Amino acid sequence: MNKSDTRLKRIMTAPFSVWMAIFVIVPIGLVLYYAFTSSEGGFTLENIASIWEYRGTYLISIELALVATVICLLMAYPLAYSISKMKARRQQTMVLLVMLPMWMNFLIRTYAWMTILEDTGLINTFIKFLLSLVGYEFEGFTMINTNGAIVLGMVYNFLPYMVLPIYTVLTKIDRSVIEAARDLGAGGMDVFTRVILPQSVPGIISGITMVFVPAVSTFVISKLLGGGMTYLIGDIIENYFLGNTGEVNYNVGAALSLVLMVLILISMGIMNHFDEDAETNGGGLF
Amino acid sequence: MKKFISLLLSSIIAFSFAVVAPAANEKTVLNVYNWGEYIDLSTIDMFEEENPNIKVNYTTYDSNEAMYSKIVSGAASYDIVIPSDYMISKLIQDDMLAELDFDNIPNFANVDKAYKNKSYDPENKYTVPYFWGTVVVIYNSKYVAPEDAEKESLDLLWNEKYAGKILMFDNPRDAFGLALTKLGYSQNSESEEEWQEAAELLKEQKPLVQAYVMDAIFDKMEAEEAWIAPYYAGDAIIIQETNPNVDFYIPKEGTNLFFDAMCVLKTSAHKEEAEKFINFMCEPEIAAMNSEEVGYATPITKAAKELLDPEITGNPIIYPGDEFLRENTEVFVNLPQKIQMIQSALWTNLKIQSSESGEKESALDWVDWFCIATAAVGVVSAAYFIVRNSRRKKLWKSAV
Repeated sequence: MNKSDTRLKRIMTAPFSVWMAIFVIVPIGLVLYYAFTSSEGGFTLENIASIWEYRGTYLISIELALVATVICLLMAYPLAYSISKMKARRQQTMVLLVMLPMWMNFLIRTYAWMTILEDTGLINTFIKFLLSLVGYEFEGFTMINTNGAIVLGMVYNFLPYMVLPIYTVLTKIDRSVIEAARDLGAGGMDVFTRVILPQSVPGIISGITMVFVPAVSTFVISKLLGGGMTYLIGDIIENYFLGNTGEVNYNVGAALSLVLMVLILISMGIMNHFDEDAETNGGGLF
Repeated sequence: MKKFISLLLSSIIAFSFAVVAPAANEKTVLNVYNWGEYIDLSTIDMFEEENPNIKVNYTTYDSNEAMYSKIVSGAASYDIVIPSDYMISKLIQDDMLAELDFDNIPNFANVDKAYKNKSYDPENKYTVPYFWGTVVVIYNSKYVAPEDAEKESLDLLWNEKYAGKILMFDNPRDAFGLALTKLGYSQNSESEEEWQEAAELLKEQKPLVQAYVMDAIFDKMEAEEAWIAPYYAGDAIIIQETNPNVDFYIPKEGTNLFFDAMCVLKTSAHKEEAEKFINFMCEPEIAAMNSEEVGYATPITKAAKELLDPEITGNPIIYPGDEFLRENTEVFVNLPQKIQMIQSALWTNLKIQSSESGEKESALDWVDWFCIATAAVGVVSAAYFIVRNSRRKKLWKSAV
């Protein structure tokens, strides 16, 4: 690599570096600063220590996000796989359909689920109507304001982020490798488990990351679909920054976010090392 | 939903103003920051018509606390804010409000003297009241038995018969206010034990509560998704207009009397224009238009007595009369810092407690052990990978 190449590279990346510095590095520095200082400004570990109180909340956030991620994966993989098998034109249409809901505002989509899931909502009204035709009085399901509704909101909102990376990786798999496997006598199941699945791991990992991270830190979904009955860690962080509980405390809020960030980093790190090929294929985040 | 659309619209309006503003460089831009769904927007057009050199940039918030954190962060500069009583005293304490020049607000004379010099601004130097009202219990008469509603008590919110159909305030000040009143304590209690007791009462209520909500109450009560909810009297009327089965009462244990008043921030560069705006809002005709739109009670005497529908102004729940208010209601004051911290901790505790499981206060339950185990595994594996990676890099280097 010669010198002018490096310079060109540096000039090309300069805008992005500046952007990263201002909008990523500085905010993380601020989070660190607030997390380790008291409201008077002196160094303290009290904020971090006070987080023990919220261990149950961390756990339920992680639990719900994990369930949502697993459901997303189970739904997205077959979908992405079948899309990648279609003709080119149909593939375009299907990908468009997957992305279509994302053109609408996230809040409005979540609001819509409220009116679908409510006791007097679309689903219950419809079921009650059907059962009343056969003369049966039905109480209706309780769906809204439960943890299940929160998971549903997560799955619905973040599913495209799982489908797209897996689809992209699947379309890039070299057909000749599959043909070679067939030639060597592998059956359909063998081709899938020993050729296709291992090669799509980078897509699965970035899909899991892109679903798990926003799901574990959400606060809007738990508020709208959970009815404020289950507090997720995002809700508590929001409260500390906005002072909805009557107390504005950036320090504890920052400490909570910092711990969440570290937890996410650790789990991502572990996951990326599950598969060594992920690094060489360039699909992973790290 | 209605609320949400209005929020959306007002942000669109705000945005379009922001775009228009540089072109009309002669105009003074007045930033007004108000509660959502709390004005007849056409009054703003009328104000701008009357004062062609002023452009109003109108934005909204949905809680006093959200408003406070926005103006404290300095992220945006506002001229006029319309907070509630206890928030006003906090702003005065923080020295954030400008003293008003009442020579510029001649219409202040229209304000009924019952609503001047209130506890949040005893000398009435900083504020002009905008609306006032009480917290009422709203119920759906189709589902709630008359004998339960007739008691006109806060007990209805704790009645197990209606489990799963009760809504509750999603803000600690109002929620604790109700619990404290039910226990017979002051809503401004400064005793830690009383706050603890109130928290216990709210914990008892949690299994009966369908959801903790604020503006979602409109949709849920109108659609009969929920049957019982405490909320502000003005909004109760709006809900009743859509669903005539809905009725409401002032609880006999007493209730909260609130004021929302117009204030000018000290940082405002357009104090005179701001006072002009406040004066305009105190015109009886304008106050009547706003009151009709949002349903809350207006402090402007003439608007209340002559211009508004006597069916509403004669309603003792909306306009309960001075004597009743003095005896049965309490105005929030700004709580001491210590009590605020307690309130915040108790509220968070209430919200993070699972509604299904009962009390179990052993030293370390399985959640604790799980957390410890996860943390340990995390640290060990992180260390392992770091060590392995650095070793591999060394190998790589020596190979090259």
